[in-house]
Amino acid sequence: MINERRLIRAEPSFGLTTKLFQISWIYVLLICALAGVGYAALYSAAGGSPDPYASKQAIRFAFGLVMMLCVALVDIRIIERLAWPLYGVSLALLVLVLRVGHVGKGAQRWIEFGGTQLQPSELMKIALVVALAAWFHRATWERMGNPLFLIPPALMVAAPVLLILKEPNLGTAVITALIGGTIFLAAGVRWWKMALVVIPIPFAARVAYGYLHDYQKARIETFLNPESDPLGAGYNIQQSKIALGSGGMWGKGYLQGTQGKLNFLPEKQTDFIFTMLAEEFGFVGCLAVLGLLLLIVLGAMAIALRCRHQFGRLVALGIGVNFFLYVAVNIAMVTGAIPVGGVPLPLVSYGGSASLTVMFGFGLLMSVHVHRDVEFKDRRED
Amino acid sequence: MKKENRTTGVFTRRALLLGAGQIGVLGVLAAKLYQVQVEEGARYATLAESNRISARLIAPPRGRILDRFGTVVGGNKLNWRALLMVEETADVGGTLDAFSQVVALQDHERARIDRELHRRRRFIPLVVREFLTWDDMARIEVNAPDLPGILVDVGTSRLYPEGPNLAHVVGYVAPPSEGDMGDDPMLALPGIRIGRAGVEKFHDLKLRGRAGAVQMEVNAVGRVIRELDRQEGTSGQDLGLTIDVELQKQVLSRLGDLSASAVVMDCRNGEVLAMTTTPSFDPSLFNSGVSQAQWVEWTNNRRAPLINKATSGVYPPGSTFKMAVAMAGLDNKVIGPGDRIVCPGYLDIGDTRFHCWSKYGHGALDVRGGLKNSCDVFFFELARRVGIDRLAAMANRFGIGVNLDIELPGARKGLMPTRAWRQSHGHAWGIGDTVNCGIGQGYVEATPLALCTYVSRVATGRAVQPHVTRTLSGVMQPGVQAADWPSMNLSERHLQLCREGMFAVVNDAGGTAPQARLGMPGMQLAGKTGSSQVRRVSRELREHGNFKSENLPWEYRPHALFVCFAPYDSPRYAVSLVVEHGNAGATTAGPLARDIMVDALTRDPVNRSEPQGQKLADRS
Repeated sequence: MINERRLIRAEPSFGLTTKLFQISWIYVLLICALAGVGYAALYSAAGGSPDPYASKQAIRFAFGLVMMLCVALVDIRIIERLAWPLYGVSLALLVLVLRVGHVGKGAQRWIEFGGTQLQPSELMKIALVVALAAWFHRATWERMGNPLFLIPPALMVAAPVLLILKEPNLGTAVITALIGGTIFLAAGVRWWKMALVVIPIPFAARVAYGYLHDYQKARIETFLNPESDPLGAGYNIQQSKIALGSGGMWGKGYLQGTQGKLNFLPEKQTDFIFTMLAEEFGFVGCLAVLGLLLLIVLGAMAIALRCRHQFGRLVALGIGVNFFLYVAVNIAMVTGAIPVGGVPLPLVSYGGSASLTVMFGFGLLMSVHVHRDVEFKDRRED
Repeated sequence: MKKENRTTGVFTRRALLLGAGQIGVLGVLAAKLYQVQVEEGARYATLAESNRISARLIAPPRGRILDRFGTVVGGNKLNWRALLMVEETADVGGTLDAFSQVVALQDHERARIDRELHRRRRFIPLVVREFLTWDDMARIEVNAPDLPGILVDVGTSRLYPEGPNLAHVVGYVAPPSEGDMGDDPMLALPGIRIGRAGVEKFHDLKLRGRAGAVQMEVNAVGRVIRELDRQEGTSGQDLGLTIDVELQKQVLSRLGDLSASAVVMDCRNGEVLAMTTTPSFDPSLFNSGVSQAQWVEWTNNRRAPLINKATSGVYPPGSTFKMAVAMAGLDNKVIGPGDRIVCPGYLDIGDTRFHCWSKYGHGALDVRGGLKNSCDVFFFELARRVGIDRLAAMANRFGIGVNLDIELPGARKGLMPTRAWRQSHGHAWGIGDTVNCGIGQGYVEATPLALCTYVSRVATGRAVQPHVTRTLSGVMQPGVQAADWPSMNLSERHLQLCREGMFAVVNDAGGTAPQARLGMPGMQLAGKTGSSQVRRVSRELREHGNFKSENLPWEYRPHALFVCFAPYDSPRYAVSLVVEHGNAGATTAGPLARDIMVDALTRDPVNRSEPQGQKLADRS
């Protein structure tokens, strides 16, 4: 029975209907649930109205959902072949954004793309995951032991990280580096080699601090003592904590929050959307949302573990880690645990760029799941 | 395949490790959320409340001041004013310059605005100009686009329908100074006024009322979203005075352009029915700001229009003081009711000769005769016998030289000297000082109000206190009934002797003030003259023979005083009158005081015209 199924899966290509059947619909449901939470939050952020946020977000999500399903049906081997072009394009866009990008909040992060704003760094994170997975896909255990083999992927991580730092976008740069590092780790790079790279980082950071922009320094300073300057840079964190704290255990009730509706919360519909939920649904509501997010993160891990090829495993793990880092950084940010850093809560925060790239990533994850048992022709060993 | 498995194995281990790490991180975040939301929740909930709620004060209308029959003597009128909302304009200087083009601002106004700009908190509107005319308002509204932050609104301002007639009693209001700020947040409101003089000052807190507050939900930029709660303030209490405005005006017309002060009191209960001071001033000038020229004119005026002479003008009481000396002598038994003292026209104390006003002397006089003739020697001798400290004690009992607790700030208590007082100034008390005090000269000083109180106490034998507050919020204040006031505990027989003396002054043949006879059927007036020297009359002048005080420069002439009560057999009203530098009490003050007493006795409130207050729809 098992062998029989394996035989079917081993076919180079199988029917679209079968593929649709193979999509993890439970996982899609989890994603839809998260989008639903986002819709509810944006509805509340607009003072109990679908306009201007929730309705647009819903349309975007519908579009993303279709895109995700389409990507899910693309053969994972084709994706593997497209890894390098995707990485190349993303890198080119990152260079482009530094030249022609729109300045937003003191940094060049956006480029106009077909009427919507595109943040190439978001795309880069997915492209990096796919490219690194493609690189490590064929690596034998022996080759993994060869330091020279690790130099190209290291450069593949370094190039976008440096470009993003130059925008400058410290938060995304750190996240991108973390994603790269995770792939290295999962691919089987030795711990000590990882340590060799990671340990000097704090010292490098100490030096790099001197080169930071004043607003970035201010964020870090404010992080260390947020209440020292409650109307300046610390305002966001302070107001965010007030919103969280005033929610208490059970919350003020849906649409009853005051902090967000009265605009005390900065960027309440984008980066600080979680505080809206926290204020209205309390700690219990927060735990429920955290649980949903954890299920999505662990679901990606499960898909990775279930996959039979290294490419798929690394892609799934990378996508999961990418999503996890969004979630962890965003929530740590709004609770005042780390400096504020322009990281949205994917599918909940209002905004197209992050949501679409995250949905694209989920599409790849679904593709990994659908094609979990396909066999790659080993081109190198041909 | 083994190699493949090894990679897979490492991946599986590390992926599981990573998954555990992710669970761990989310767990830590959940713990952080628990800390912020549940453990510190209460603190943040409070912060959220204070975030969204902004309280604003609403000033209640200031209480009105009414006379005893309800005539408004201090009311409110609408005051259109231009306010500057500092937060709503980017360029304050530019807005003010533009405003100047529309409604010219004087330099001193600009200076005041600049001062307040530094002093006030930015969210409190600042008054640019008050008392706008319709023309001003029209110009401001038309030019509104060029005047960002300028807002025309309506407040109230004080209205004094009686103007100078009651200025010294009612007082006036003015903007609070920096020193007044702090205790009451209401004082920071634009256009607020506080009492600065008279009952406006004394009853300021009651008249002011308590500010109400509106709690409003505001958003992060301070825009009002909705009203959450409204606490109405307590409006200021209406203050009813004992003053009878019509009588006040009659008295004023009697005084004309003299520099004088007259007090009419109900001698049964101390209610002040009229308290006049001439010349006077217009209290509403303080409301809108006193010009420099006006101020100079007031302060340079020798007749001191700003001073309430009735409570703050101190004069030697002269012969009007003699009843107190008589009472001191009788009460201390240094003279009996029938005992006589011989007046040869002078009294020698040591090597000093004290002259009686009549150089021929009065012969032997008892107390009644002493008062009737106002014999100086009689009272020199009496004072010498009593001694200054016992005399002072008696004078104090009659309200001379003590604080009368009148509700008018700035009231002076006059002076009743004692040995201790003199010693505290580094001098020994001399017997000559005592003798001078016996005729109300020397160091003795009293205000017209104190003299009126003194006469009331002589007339009734009760320690009535003068007061001007009759009702607060329509509630009658204690002290209306004669029985509310304690007895002086003086012998009625002794008091009656003094009253008889005063009666004789006016009504007996040979009394010193026949000019003050009432001339009304069935009623008599009892009074006492006084002419108090403001400059020592030298022996040379006295012996020159044709010394006439009328020939002196105005400020050296003696003050003319007259105190009286009527009707004699059932005392109702007491009047004290001081005419500054009016020469002789008998000729100048006596007839005037008599006229004032006639006015008081013939007042018929029933036939008076409608109170003006009902026509003033100033409080809706």
